[in-house]
Amino acid sequence: MDLSREEEDALDGKNGSTISTAYKILLSIGKATNAEKLIPIEWVHLSGVNYNTIGDAGAEFLSKYSEEARFVVPTTINPMGYDSHKPNNLSSHFKNQQVKIAKAYEKMGSMPSFSCIPYELFQLPESGHSVSFAESNAAVMANSVFGLRTNKESSLSALASAITGKSPYSDLRINSVREPKIKINIDKELETELDYGILGYFSGKSVNESCVSFGSEISNIDMYKTKSLAAALGTSGACGMFSSKDTHDETISFGKEEERSIIDELNTTDSGDVIALGSPQLGMYELEQLSNLIGDKKFSKKCMIFCARPVYEKSCKSGIAKILENAGANIICDACTCLSPLLSREEYDGVITNSVKAAHYLNKSNGVSVCLKDLKSIISDYTSK
Amino acid sequence: MIYLESLKGKIIVGGTARGIILFTTQPINFLSSVDHMTGRITDKNHELSGRFLKDSILIFPYSVGSSVGAYSIFELKSNGVSPSGIICTLKTDITTASGCAIANIPLLELCKDQVIPEIENPSEGLMDANSGYLQIKKV
Repeated sequence: MDLSREEEDALDGKNGSTISTAYKILLSIGKATNAEKLIPIEWVHLSGVNYNTIGDAGAEFLSKYSEEARFVVPTTINPMGYDSHKPNNLSSHFKNQQVKIAKAYEKMGSMPSFSCIPYELFQLPESGHSVSFAESNAAVMANSVFGLRTNKESSLSALASAITGKSPYSDLRINSVREPKIKINIDKELETELDYGILGYFSGKSVNESCVSFGSEISNIDMYKTKSLAAALGTSGACGMFSSKDTHDETISFGKEEERSIIDELNTTDSGDVIALGSPQLGMYELEQLSNLIGDKKFSKKCMIFCARPVYEKSCKSGIAKILENAGANIICDACTCLSPLLSREEYDGVITNSVKAAHYLNKSNGVSVCLKDLKSIISDYTSK
Repeated sequence: MIYLESLKGKIIVGGTARGIILFTTQPINFLSSVDHMTGRITDKNHELSGRFLKDSILIFPYSVGSSVGAYSIFELKSNGVSPSGIICTLKTDITTASGCAIANIPLLELCKDQVIPEIENPSEGLMDANSGYLQIKKV
């Protein structure tokens, strides 16, 4: 990768060690993705905010790094471990470390968004512009739905972009890579958001390429299904974009058998003691859908709904939050179903969810069994008048 | 002992490393499939399930899933349980590259024309990511 004189100097430490570290990261990912050069980016979305995921090593690194580092482009950040406006029984160590991480990001200049759906909350740059999005669902959504250009960034590569305002010109920032060369042929009816999540999870596992086509079947799906598909695709694989453009270069079939193999892997119990909705965090569209399904019914099990704080505030005004809370749901902001310490093995034997992404992390990271059901089935099975 | 096999790779993060080879054809999600305190691969569906990354030369296709995997690699290194060196066989993903860059773990991407030999267990790898070579010997 060719660096300009200024970039070489920054790499060599002429602008300080934090900027040099950022360029070292950009250089490694530039080499990894065969980039010719660095280009400016206009927005950064960072993952690596939840103490449950980055641990003490990450907290210490960020705390030290934030002493000097400052962001030079608008930067939003992912959810953290819990909702600071609500009581919880997490340890004071956890909370102290979480606060330390949040403060480090704030000091560097991020917006306190604590959300994995920046695309529903902020006026992002227009289609065609380059950004740097970590958080796999947000990167896939940015590329596939909003026409932004980002690679499937890591927490650290996006951090380096926030410090420098640059990213390598490579992979999904290049037009030809955004043309799908492999297609998943959908050989079964897809109805619910869960069906699309399973399709996404299967596709991530099956595809090495950066962009995959699902054909025209996905061109008119709603936001719930789209987010479910994007999040699952980002969870199981390295693919950072999907497209409805057809391609006949290479095809893989997704039918009943393929669906069954994913359900067998992720559906690890037949019931659970808590319902968890929101991974990615729910937006207004999904909260409306949920409240319409619930009506005046009540949950027969504990229910946690994870959504972005501005979405919650809006739903309070519209009366939707009241419907959900009257039904017995606990609405949690600033956190997310996946990797939240609020859903621990110590507290729960099984979690009921419609999120394939959540199912992956609950099973594999939290060590909690998962009962996968679509939203309509969850409401019909676990609510009553 | 003579090193019997030598593989060439593209240099992503320089340095040298030595360790027992852990080889897999399955991608790894560093956030959800590895215990960050012990370096043990915990994903029951992974062919390296139960094996430890500590002091190994990890040879794997690429990492998948969470963008936070980069911090996971850094945390493994901070806890002293990371691989000594890593080789990506299919493509170097951004998560592995940035994690190795910050953790100072030598990283090579296997050149396309290289054929991985049958790796007998246990084998040792000697990695020179400054010149771009991995040598393998049976131990």
